[in-house]
Amino acid sequence: MPMKIGEKPFFGRVDDALQDHFMRNAMASAQDRFRNKKLDATERDEQVGDWEEWRSAGEEIRRHTLENLDFYLDQLSENFSKRGGHVFFAKTVEEANRYIQKVAKEKDAKYVTKSKSMVTEEIGLNEALEEVGCHVYETDLAEYILQIDNKDRPSHIVVPSLHKNKEQIRDTFQAKAGYTGTEEPHELTAFARSQLREVFLKADIGITGCNFAIAESGTISLATNEGNANMVTTYPDTQITVMGMERLVPTWEELDVLINLLSRSAVGQKITTYVTNLTPGVEEDCVDAPKEFHLVILDAGRSNALGTEFQSALHCIRCAACVNVCPVYRHIGGHAYGSIYQGPIGAVLSPILGGYEEYGELPFASSLCAACTEACPVKIPIHELLIKHREKYVNHQENVKTSEKLAMKAFGVGTSTPFLFQIAVKGAPMFMKPLIKDGSISNGPGPMKPWTAIREFPAPGKDNFRSWFKEHQKGRQ
Amino acid sequence: MVKGTIHNKDLFLNQIASKLGRERKDNVSLPKWKHQSQWEVYKNSSKDDLLAAFCKNSKEKNVHVVETEKSMLPETIEKVIKEYGGGSIVTTKDDRFSQYGLTLTLDNSQTHIWDTAMGEVNIKKAKEAILGIFVSDISLAESGTIVQFNDKDIARSVSLLPTTYVAIVPKSSIVPRMTQATHKIHRSVIAGEELATCVNFISGPSNSADIEMDIVVGVHGPVKAVYLVVKDL
Repeated sequence: MPMKIGEKPFFGRVDDALQDHFMRNAMASAQDRFRNKKLDATERDEQVGDWEEWRSAGEEIRRHTLENLDFYLDQLSENFSKRGGHVFFAKTVEEANRYIQKVAKEKDAKYVTKSKSMVTEEIGLNEALEEVGCHVYETDLAEYILQIDNKDRPSHIVVPSLHKNKEQIRDTFQAKAGYTGTEEPHELTAFARSQLREVFLKADIGITGCNFAIAESGTISLATNEGNANMVTTYPDTQITVMGMERLVPTWEELDVLINLLSRSAVGQKITTYVTNLTPGVEEDCVDAPKEFHLVILDAGRSNALGTEFQSALHCIRCAACVNVCPVYRHIGGHAYGSIYQGPIGAVLSPILGGYEEYGELPFASSLCAACTEACPVKIPIHELLIKHREKYVNHQENVKTSEKLAMKAFGVGTSTPFLFQIAVKGAPMFMKPLIKDGSISNGPGPMKPWTAIREFPAPGKDNFRSWFKEHQKGRQ
Repeated sequence: MVKGTIHNKDLFLNQIASKLGRERKDNVSLPKWKHQSQWEVYKNSSKDDLLAAFCKNSKEKNVHVVETEKSMLPETIEKVIKEYGGGSIVTTKDDRFSQYGLTLTLDNSQTHIWDTAMGEVNIKKAKEAILGIFVSDISLAESGTIVQFNDKDIARSVSLLPTTYVAIVPKSSIVPRMTQATHKIHRSVIAGEELATCVNFISGPSNSADIEMDIVVGVHGPVKAVYLVVKDL
């Protein structure tokens, strides 16, 4: 399954989400917990020092890296291959999948284990591997839960199964995997551990995403907590890592800063339990490491942002700090965005990667309160990018419906002609009269409908500001 | 080492350069970063302060911390083995065990010392082991983290497959934070030294908060972690 989630239009998805009371409560409670944990690990942690300084360091590093992306990708690929690794630059999703399918076929792979990776969700890698006869096992607990629940889709970048409660997970485990225990998280987790233990050891290929690649040494860095990424990269004979082309740092020293920003912003940890740094070139007689290491570097629309006002969107380190403070995400959850990249950064990234036709409405799913920008550990001006998307979307006439275009044109003519404007202002109370009840409008027509469906619209006053001001001035004279 | 393959590089990178509005760059110097807070953390801390911080922060990560001295290490390790139920043990193949006087302690039928000549048997032994014992190469005070430079002898499995891992932490290995570890690695990369295929930063037992954000300790990696901090090493 690729980046897109669901077939319904945006407002239909939002309506569905608003009816899902468990999901909305779960999102609210998760956001509150994430926020507190993050504060404890950032602004409230005296030891770490000035968090703003750290954010500035992150911004500085990401900006420099993206401005010199071709150089650092060149360095990464040369260093990776110098150690015996194989690098494939994929312009499109299809190219990436075809290459990985080819490797799987060459290895005659039957079993594939995967650690959590949004980029492999983005390219629909599981389905591509199933097409060539592989059995793919998601091994991150949240992804495992989603996979056995009829391949449900992620609702959060860091905790993909956030929309599910423990009772639902218990029921899924019972129905799909023969689980007989209770809904206690430690029992459910122990069950997943027991189910996947042997799978890890028998897998032919292990697949990971990439938190950061390190250009100077050709290394892939993974920040995880469960130990599954270590299993996935230790026992299969072949490892394949898929990375978005922007996910790299020049040297190990910059890795330090970004791992700190990621761990604290994403999950409120000083460092994730595992930071596993893998470089090709294991010794011949090594028993517990992959013999072959492939790195797929993916564009898939990312270069659309390069050299444009959206370049800073590629600075994103996928911590979801912006998601965790967004008031809109709090109410509509992840699936309503219709993309695997949700929340404010999802609303910026999805149109860049997937185009305005599919994701052009997402930038409007924001109150522009700027909480996202304040939360971002690498200082991406997220709310400003949302506004830029809106401008571009509206300016692209093909994106706007004919009725909307006519309405905007009429509005333009009306507001730029004083005579027509006066008629409209004076006539509004009269035109609206049939709709007014108890001083407000609760069932407005046309463009007012979405507004009045959820709240009342104040009735236009008999006086307008100009006439009130005129009278007021007279009174003072 | 045979060089691996690279596909589509020039086409891909030329397009990036073109989008960035310039020619491909074949040389870029790292700027001197304006913001470097990382060096301020535990900046003036003594070795004792770092030891105290390491122990405190490790305990916060659900690690059982045992402080000991080199002369007491064999006895302490035996005590820990007993406390965790005895049974089979797997260790890395590491000269430091003999330097620490642990040869006799680990020389018994219950202990398997990683031996590449035995192939897959090693993994089977690690899977069955109750305890996996190894030495931390660098230890981070800020986060209670131990660092392993894995190779064919310092096997990845020893800290991964057994139910509990036991890391021997020499006090001299403790540094303020990840900054000092990555700086050291960066220097060695510049010097052209061979980098370990796996540099593993591990902070306590595996865990997850994926179900309703409740922390569960012990997922796919070890369920328990013990740090034996040796104060005079």
